[in-house]
Formats: sequence, structure tokens, C-alpha cells
Amino acid sequence: MKRSGRKSNPRVAVGAGLFVSFIGFVLLDASWAQQAPNALPVRPNPYARKAVDPASAEQGKNLFGVRCAFCHGSDARGGESGPNLLRSEIVLNDQDGEKIGPVILHGRPQQGMPSFEMSAEQIKQIADFLHSLPVSGNERGRNGHIVIPVGDASAGKKDFDQKCASCHSVTGDLKGIGTRIKDPRALQQSWMMPGMRGGDPSVKAPEKKVTVDTAEGKVSGELLRMDDFIVRLKTADGDIRSFSRNGNLPKVVVTDPLKGHLDLLSTYTDKSIHDITAYMVSIK
Amino acid sequence: MKHKSLFLTAALVAGISSSPAQTLTPDKMLGRLNDSWPTYSGDYTGQRYSQLNQINAANVKNLSLAWTSRITSGLPSTGGRMSFFGGPAPIPTVVAGEGNGSLNESGSTSRSSRIVCSAIIWDGKIYISTPDNAWAMDARDGNILWHFVWKTRGGTHTGNRGMALYKDTLFLETPDDYLVAISAKDGSEKWHKVIAPFNEQYFSTGAPILIGNHLLVGTGNDLDAPQALTSFDPETGAVQWKWYATPQTEADPALKTWANLRAAKYGGGPMWIPGSYDPETHLYIIGTGNPTPAYTSQSRGEGDNLYTCSLVALNVDTGKLVWYYQTSPHDTHDWDSTQTPVLVDGIFNGKQRKLVLQATRNGYFYVLDRTTGEHLLTSKFSPTANWATGLDEKGRPIRDPKKDFDIAGSLVSPVNAGATNWMPPSFNPQTGLFYVTSEDAYSMYYLTETDPRGAMGLGGKDELSVGLIGNYLTAMDYKTGKIAWRHKYPEAGGWGGTNVGHALLNTAGGLLFTGDPQGNLVAYDPANGDPLWHAHIGDVSGPVQTFLLDGKQYIIVGATDTLYAFRLN
Repeated sequence: MKRSGRKSNPRVAVGAGLFVSFIGFVLLDASWAQQAPNALPVRPNPYARKAVDPASAEQGKNLFGVRCAFCHGSDARGGESGPNLLRSEIVLNDQDGEKIGPVILHGRPQQGMPSFEMSAEQIKQIADFLHSLPVSGNERGRNGHIVIPVGDASAGKKDFDQKCASCHSVTGDLKGIGTRIKDPRALQQSWMMPGMRGGDPSVKAPEKKVTVDTAEGKVSGELLRMDDFIVRLKTADGDIRSFSRNGNLPKVVVTDPLKGHLDLLSTYTDKSIHDITAYMVSIK
Repeated sequence: MKHKSLFLTAALVAGISSSPAQTLTPDKMLGRLNDSWPTYSGDYTGQRYSQLNQINAANVKNLSLAWTSRITSGLPSTGGRMSFFGGPAPIPTVVAGEGNGSLNESGSTSRSSRIVCSAIIWDGKIYISTPDNAWAMDARDGNILWHFVWKTRGGTHTGNRGMALYKDTLFLETPDDYLVAISAKDGSEKWHKVIAPFNEQYFSTGAPILIGNHLLVGTGNDLDAPQALTSFDPETGAVQWKWYATPQTEADPALKTWANLRAAKYGGGPMWIPGSYDPETHLYIIGTGNPTPAYTSQSRGEGDNLYTCSLVALNVDTGKLVWYYQTSPHDTHDWDSTQTPVLVDGIFNGKQRKLVLQATRNGYFYVLDRTTGEHLLTSKFSPTANWATGLDEKGRPIRDPKKDFDIAGSLVSPVNAGATNWMPPSFNPQTGLFYVTSEDAYSMYYLTETDPRGAMGLGGKDELSVGLIGNYLTAMDYKTGKIAWRHKYPEAGGWGGTNVGHALLNTAGGLLFTGDPQGNLVAYDPANGDPLWHAHIGDVSGPVQTFLLDGKQYIIVGATDTLYAFRLN
């Protein structure tokens, strides 16, 4: 998709089941758009603002909708002519309308903002509304995540046959994968690399195996830890064994069942990823 | 050994001794890194190359523990530290600050108990800091002499990169945006000044840098905000000058690289990490951070967004920009370019040149002329970096907009943490190589903000890792831009958070020290990356540093809440 819509009209209808995306004028039916089943945790905002009276904030929201939203957007994040108020120094430093009030009452003629007649109570209500809106530089996924199988399933089948079929089969280990994993993004993360964050929790990373050539012979097991100086493993009997390493001695061979997945990463195009995902989604 | 007389002389000259206090005056900071560590990188070059050679490739196998010292962050408990079993005497603790104390972190897992700072080492004492906390230690045995605690108003607590020392005053930046002057003698507060408005979500993590009578302090903020480098008078705290990373007025010529003044003003470019300094030209060379909004960049326009993600050279006396070179035009991945610039005098294309080298978070390595900013070389130190289609005529990577992100996901290397991050690199004049710890890894970048106005700050995307190809100790040949060698850390997982490797230290003893991802402090052969000595000390979190005291060379490093000191015993 091309980011061709940058200069498009910033007004956009969000709701009524339609998202209009600025990245490509793609009309997405909401039934395709899925909210994250396990949304990423939002970091707590360490810049705690004081609590506001919800009734006052609600009244302020109504007032804002009538008097301010035309320029600043109904969510105060900015509109066609007015700036984003959530990152405004005046709003961030305001407590009870004492900084916001003069701007409302006098306007900012040079920037094109008119003045408004409002009572002190109304200014406080507007301030309470603005202060009720969460602000964080680390905001994440305000809309939840939206995943659309944009790929071409038939092209994805070709890529799958070429890249994946030597280890996997849609009638074997992947049978019904598109039904088992409902969220296409989790499915995509899971087939690209099992066991990573954002993938389906049912898809786990297989263990790495290791074999060490020792004086007593070869010792094999599940790899627990390895660095330049030690290798530690758990044998089939459950014993934990470790061996000092010195350069290439003793010989250590690690088998990573996911090596194929790692090696493939540099070979994908984004289209091939989306195509394979579309194919996976179609495996019901 | 032939060098013995040399370092004994050095010990007498530069100040770590048991004789009466030596004052750190600015002129003493102009030399090369030797027996003390008076500023963030040890000296102004950013090379982290020590002249000390008592510990060397032949005897490093005998390096062993001298002492350990554990810090306890947070406000002192009311009952004092004496336990039923006796134990050490209570540590003199100074409490200052404007919070009510309820937000201060303590406990071994808090950010305030994780040593990531470069210690100031001077006159037999070691000064370390974490968010809201500072300590003085006796360099001979690690005993804590005093503890300073700042009652915080809040702010993002991530880490603290260290303090600056001027005469007998230490300078600490706090997460709630104060520059605090602390007496090095007893930890008492002298004064504090506002770095940036706390309510606007600024937070301060940096190490101030003292140059002459200028104390240079950056700002940090993850929201869209103006970002500046401020020069304070170290005596009074008065502001001498301020340089903004992005245009703040219509008159700024860089404004044409932005959609409009509003976008430029809130356009970011925070200088998280100290720069390096060339005393001949009075140029302070520092890397600027990423533009904001970091990902959904449409409000910034199509331009380069100067002077974000750039190396900039400022005249330290005036704060005026002398030259700039942008290492990531119009960044869209939060890959700041604040990594320590390293100043090197060396041969390039057959000519002796004054150079600056930088390995940036975006995976590219740059060589410039540091007097003019002339571009000399660009290459990749992370071969997997796939976000650019090539280099333009100025050697700048040409960003591929398709690799910004995608609703359905775009596969991008590096991951958000970068091919490297804040960890200081090092240069060794003996080998002529530049060293950096690096990571080759991929993430899927998903656009989550479909509102055409975009998101704020770092919002608007989910970045989900899909695979670590490898972690490396990487040596770059600045003359060719080629990777001279890479030591792959076997079977290492990710570094975690914004950690990509560890700070590096080269010494004239022919050793390259750093931590590995599995918790070892390692001395490597700088010629080829072969490990020569190691000690498993846990989670190596802080930079490796060295000093000479009573004729003995020490190696110190922080591992979470404990400082370890090694020497030849």
C-alpha cells in the first residue's frame, strides 16, 4: 500500500462500521476489523493529573462539542484549523481553567482564534473536560489493532508450497489453522515465529536441543543456557549437566527447530507475508 | 615493565591519592582518559580508551575481585539501618526535593536500583547515580560515604546516565526535570533549577557535561514537545544559552523541512545522551533524537525534519549551530541518533583528518570531518537493516516509506530498540577499530492509528518482534566502513527493553572490556574478539570503567544494584 493520501482531507468518518484509512483509501468493513483479544498493556502515566469531577467534565464535553470542536476536533486532538490541545503547553500547565480561560475569553487573533464569551463556571467545565482526557507520549493502539487479510490467498499458497511445505502441511499440523486462530494478526505472528509476543498463546516455541562431545562421549538434551564459557543442558533423565567451554572445545552442536523460520525472515517481502497470512486464514 | 614509571607519575599528577582533596577544575578535563574518570565518557573524545596498561593481555587472567558495593535506593526507612545483628553503621542520607515521598521507588527491582550510569571517579571517590538517587563511595573499598535522595514529583523513571563534577559540586538530573547541584563532600543540596516544565511530560535522564564554564543539559520527552540543549552556569545555575533541535520561530531556515511551524515546534529531537567536544574548535558535537510524532509522521510533512536524527556541532560558547549532518532524514521508527559521537584523529583516504564517527540506532555507521561536517563514509554495521533503498548523494539512507509500517504489518529491521542504542561505543587507537555492541533482528510494525491526524508521541503502532538473528560485539574499520570482525554471542536472547548490548571500554593494556548478554564481564582481544578473561557477575547493567589508585589499576562495572571492582591482587 502506498502512503499516497497524506495530503488528503484530514476529515474522516470513523464509525458506522467504516474506517477510511489515510494510507490508501481502503474501505474496511468493521466485520473484518478485529479488536485485540489481549491488548498490549498501557504504561501507567507517571504525570498524574488531579482528579476532575465527572459531571463537570461531562458538561464541559458538551460545551466543547458546541463551541470548540469545529476547529480543535471533538476529541481535542486538533482539526482543520485548530491545534491539538492535548499537547498544548497551556492545557498541560493548567489546573482549573486559569490558563485556558484567558485564551477562551480573549482569543488569539493572530493565529485566527476568535474570542468566546463564557462564564467562569463554563471555563472550569471545559478545563475539566480537557484534563479528563488521558495524555501520554507512550499511548498505544488507541483503536485497538485492526488486522485485515489484505493478501492474495492463491499467491500465498504458492509461497507456502515453496517456503514452508518442506516442514508443514495444511492437512497435517496446520489443519484448520484459520479456524483455530481467529485473530489474523496473531496467526501471522505465530506462523512467522512461534512463541513470540503478539502470537497466539497456543503456538509455543519448540525447545532447542544440544549435543556436547565430552570425554565420556556425547551428552544430549534440552539447551538451558549457553555462552562463550559454559553450556548447560537437561538430559532426557531430567539431570542438569553443565560443561565449561574454551573456544571450540568441547564441540557443541545446537539444534534450533526454528532455524528455518529465522532463515526465511530475510527472504520475505511484505506482500509475501500478507499473502501467506491470507492463505492461512483460508485454511478452515 | 617499561611503563611503570609512566603510570606512577600519572597517579601523582592527576589526583587520586590519599593526600588533601584535589579540585576538579575545567582545565583538568582536557587530557586523555587516564587514572581518573572526570566526565561521562572519561574524556571529551568519547573514545572510552584508557591510557592505563597495568592490566594487560598477559596478566588479565589474574584479574580478581577487590570489592563489591550494593546500593539501596529510595528514602531511608525510619528505623535506621542497624539490624539485630549489628551490621554497618547507618549511611548519612540527605533528603531533598519537592515531592511528598510517596512516588520514590525502592527495592531491588526498581529502576532506581539499576546502575546504568557512567560513574564520576575523582580524588579517591566514586560518584554514581540512579533516578532520584546519588551516592559517593570510597574507591578503595566501595564503602558508601553518603546517599542523596530526591523526593520526586513523578515523571518517567527509566534510568540515569550519570552526573557531572565541577570543583566540589556534582550535578544530577532528576526525572521530574530538575538540575540539582550537590556538594561532593557531604551530599548536601546547593541549589536546583528547572530544566523543562514537568507538566508538559518532560523527564530528565541524561548526564550533564561540563565544558569550561558551561554545564550542558539536554531534555527528554516522549510526547510531541520542543527539545533543547541548555547551557547552565555551573556556579549559579543561570541559563547561558539554549539550542532547540527543531525550528521554534518562522525565521528558522530549517522550517522548510517541516509541514508548518506547529509541526516543527513540537517536532522533538531530544538530546538524551551527552556529546563529545573538540577543544581546538570549541565544537560540542552531539546526536539529536527522533522527530515526533515518531511513527505516524504525516503531520510533519514530507521533508527531512531538521535537525532531528542528526549530528550537530554547536559552538560551546554561543550555542550556535556550526554544522549538521542528518543520519536519518524523516525518521519514522523512533530510531534516535543520540549515540555517542566518537572523535578520532586518523588517516582517511591517505590524509590525516579530524574525524567524528557514529554508529546510530538505525543500523548505519558514519564517518564525517568534525571541523566541517563534510560527509566521508556511510556503511551498515547491522547487515539486516532493510528500511532504506540505498544512499543519496550526501550518503544519507533513502527511507523506503513502505517500511514505515502497515495496517497488515511490515517486516522491518532493526527492531524499535535499534541496531544499537544508548550504550557507549569505544575506539582503540592501537587497532584503529571502532567497537559497538549490535543486534540484527526483525519486527513486524503494525499501524494501529487510522485517524488521518495520526498519533502523538510514540503512539500509533504496535511493534512485535519476529526474530533475533544475532547479538554481536562488532568492530568497524572506519577507513573502509567494513565490519572488521563480529563476535556473535552464542544462543543469546534479546537484550531487553532499549538495551542493545553494553558500554565498551578499551585500554592501552590491549584489552576490550564489556558485558555479554548472559551476565559475564569479559575482557576481549580487541584485534579479533577472542575472550581472554571473564567473570559471571549477573546482569551487567552499567558501563565498564577503569581508574588507578595507590598504584593499582581497577576495573569497575555495575550489575543491577551492585558495583563490582576488580584488580590484580
